[in-house]
Amino acid sequence: MKEFLGARGLVLNEPLLWEKGKKGRMGFSLPRRDVESSPLHKDLTNEGPDIPDQSEMDVVRHYTRLSQWNFGVDTGMYPLGSCTMKYNPKVNERLAALPGFAGAHPMLPHQLSQGALRLIKELEGLLSEITGMDAVTLQPAAGAQGELTGMLLMHAYHKSQGSVRSKIIIPDTAHGTNPSSAALCGYKPVPIKSNEEGILSGDVVAQVMDEETAGIMVTNPNTLGLFEENIRNIAEIVHSKGGLVYCDGANMNAVMGIVHMGKIGVDILHLNLHKTFSTPHGGGGPGSGPVCVKAQLEPFLPVPRVVKKKGQYIFSEKFPESIGKVQAFFGNFGVMLKAYAYIMSMGSDNLKKASQLAVLNANYIKEKLKDIYHLPYDRPCMHECVFTDKFLKANKATTLDLAKGLMDYGFHPPTIYFPLVVNGAIMIEPTETECKEDIDLLIEALKVLADEALKDPASLQEAPKKTKVRRLDETTAARQPCLTG
Amino acid sequence: MRYLPHTPEEITSMLNVVGIKDLEALFSIIPGDCRRHEDMELPGPFTEWELTDKMSAMAETIGTSPEYKVFIGAGSYQHHIPSTVTYLLQRSEFSTSYTPYQPEMSQGTLQGLYEYQTLISRLLGMETANASLYDGASALAEALLMAIRITRRKKVALSTLIHPLHRQVVKTYFEPTDYEIVELPRLENGLTDPSSVTEIEDLAAVAIQSPNFFGCIEDLGAFGESALKNSALFVTSFTEALAYGLLKNPGSMGADIVCGEGQSLGIPCSYGGPGLGIFATKMKHVRNMPGRLVGQTTDVEGRRGFVLTLATREQHIRREKATSNICTNNSLCAMAAAMYMASLGGTGMHQLALLNHDKSEYLKKALRESGFKIPFESPTFNEFVVVSKAGFEKTYEQLLGKKIVAGLPLVSFYPDLVDHYLFCVTETISKEEIDILVREVKA
Repeated sequence: MKEFLGARGLVLNEPLLWEKGKKGRMGFSLPRRDVESSPLHKDLTNEGPDIPDQSEMDVVRHYTRLSQWNFGVDTGMYPLGSCTMKYNPKVNERLAALPGFAGAHPMLPHQLSQGALRLIKELEGLLSEITGMDAVTLQPAAGAQGELTGMLLMHAYHKSQGSVRSKIIIPDTAHGTNPSSAALCGYKPVPIKSNEEGILSGDVVAQVMDEETAGIMVTNPNTLGLFEENIRNIAEIVHSKGGLVYCDGANMNAVMGIVHMGKIGVDILHLNLHKTFSTPHGGGGPGSGPVCVKAQLEPFLPVPRVVKKKGQYIFSEKFPESIGKVQAFFGNFGVMLKAYAYIMSMGSDNLKKASQLAVLNANYIKEKLKDIYHLPYDRPCMHECVFTDKFLKANKATTLDLAKGLMDYGFHPPTIYFPLVVNGAIMIEPTETECKEDIDLLIEALKVLADEALKDPASLQEAPKKTKVRRLDETTAARQPCLTG
Repeated sequence: MRYLPHTPEEITSMLNVVGIKDLEALFSIIPGDCRRHEDMELPGPFTEWELTDKMSAMAETIGTSPEYKVFIGAGSYQHHIPSTVTYLLQRSEFSTSYTPYQPEMSQGTLQGLYEYQTLISRLLGMETANASLYDGASALAEALLMAIRITRRKKVALSTLIHPLHRQVVKTYFEPTDYEIVELPRLENGLTDPSSVTEIEDLAAVAIQSPNFFGCIEDLGAFGESALKNSALFVTSFTEALAYGLLKNPGSMGADIVCGEGQSLGIPCSYGGPGLGIFATKMKHVRNMPGRLVGQTTDVEGRRGFVLTLATREQHIRREKATSNICTNNSLCAMAAAMYMASLGGTGMHQLALLNHDKSEYLKKALRESGFKIPFESPTFNEFVVVSKAGFEKTYEQLLGKKIVAGLPLVSFYPDLVDHYLFCVTETISKEEIDILVREVKA
């Protein structure tokens, strides 16, 4: 049998910050006091917050130990479906940290920020070319804020047409962020079901689309990892009633250079730079959720927008129909830099190749495992494949146990129990940056686990056994919340 | 390409398993009229070394410290960041992980965020804080939406001295709703007028920023009382988190929700983002709170551990009924803030805040002595407004040539404040550099 990656190692305990430290220690080099004291009235001030004092090495050891309890893409394979956990290139980190970029104040006069303005303008252009859409805003801070921006654009568009619409169509396979973003704009979600092939058909859209419906939010490729092949027909139906098509582009990694989003009827599309464009997820952000639109929606994009005037880049607020602002400044510039560096490093051929290999890896896994794991939709997938735990039938082990078991083999588990339309879903997205040997190892681990689940479910329910902590009591955590110490 | 590991032989063998002949066939399911038939036209690919040259050249065109002396704050503050914070944040176990859905493999992030929630609660005098929102502006919008949910009222009162860009974001979030924003006017002394609050009926929230956009320290206690009388929630915000190393915390002055921008706490300006949306409240409101929360629990062997909790508030469970649509937030920035606060300790934060205040007082006094007026006499933290002398506009332009950015003109934010400039001084600027600025504006 192959040797798996999961192993025991010496992991150190580390208390909470306030369980260590001594008043009078200092982990910061205080700048010299070169001005006289000028005290504020004591009614306004405090004695300093109740935060423990530590030495510099206390802090370094604390966070180094904590980091060793974490698993990242740099540690090993992280096949979390719909999250596109691809490799995060290191040169991108170095370039984003260049003093000129990292130190740039957002209110610098434009003549002192030409490099930053140019980068924003160029990245907009690159994303526009990759998607085939006409105009781009980089302001949204993450995918969900991109969705909100998209919904605000839709709202502003309909308002400009003198039309008041109260509903939006959202398929049952959608991310939870879709309905909640739409709800922020007062739209009532109208759920529709995907068909027996796992995709949407024009008929179900036609049944609910009317002139009170603002449009549809569709994820393409969808969260089952399938391409919505009726998208053009769906777009025609929606457009014929004056609606707009919003596409959640979280899964763009499958179709770069393959699908022309501008041609398939999509009016608004958000991207996740922290998925498709290689910027690190940071344990939950910061991300960046650019929104790409067709020309008729461009006037509504957030301000300020970079324009070129007399050879200089400047910010312009002169877009009277704009929805306004969703971030205080211009969005997560530090993240944009990394995505820009990635696109420039890849070029068009490699980006297309990345999508091809991401889809190849997913289909390879699907083929290798489909005789063991239940595959609810047996058709060619895009960048991810969705299995279920149906093969365990009456057996006590479940998807959760398989996921926890995978940890002991040195892999991060896939996304589980999503999408909701599939019971016990196991959604595997390998990404293109995983090599064949590692994918083979994952497949092997999943086979061994399936076997264990059938033969000795009780043992699997004990997993994980090699992690710093074992299964945690989430029920008590929620019933008696302890959120601060 | 170094990010793509597949050899041609591996591709062939994998294609054989899938049962197709080439990579193109993977996409045969996509209808022809959805396909892209022409290549994308993108620059590159550039080597690591070419790209470094290209992007370094762009970075060098930007006016940043130490070459430039930038006397601007206004929502983004230049502070020294200890090498330890930068270094520890690069631990890629932190940076290359996802949201900690699988707690057994994410205890580093989870304990780090739990500590962040605790330190933020202590800094602001609140009972609990979430694991971060995007930035101060969207945090304010979320705070107001939360107050609307809790009170079931539709009107909020916002001080006109809340950062103008933050108010713009609130306006954008509110545009498609029937929620109403009432603006609270300012007084001659640079503070929000408290008298107007009690007259407004049916308020969901009263929102005050302190230090406010002019740098002035608001009397939060007074607004806390009037909000209470109106049975509205009292929302306080801030753009300069370091101020609470020195100033009385908002929790002690009756705040129900405290939100703000945490960029000051160890996060570089980075042209305005990513920042850190700080959000804290009372435990009784926790189930109405937006964003991720980390809670303490135990594992099957009784060991302490941490998990994401109270997820029933969130979009992946509640969908359109969620308290917010937020999913990815600014976790790594929250980790940076915790590392920064841990490095300074309570003692260091207090001393550093004092130094910021004293340096800005030094500049304020010097500018006053050289003929600038200080229009708002209320105490300030590390930024303040001046009214310039005649002809200052020209001096301002000349100073840019000398690599000094002499404050932020306020007229584009407040059209009545012609010739008003907002100056900021932090610990990164030395007395000598302040003296140079003063000499230059005198000349």
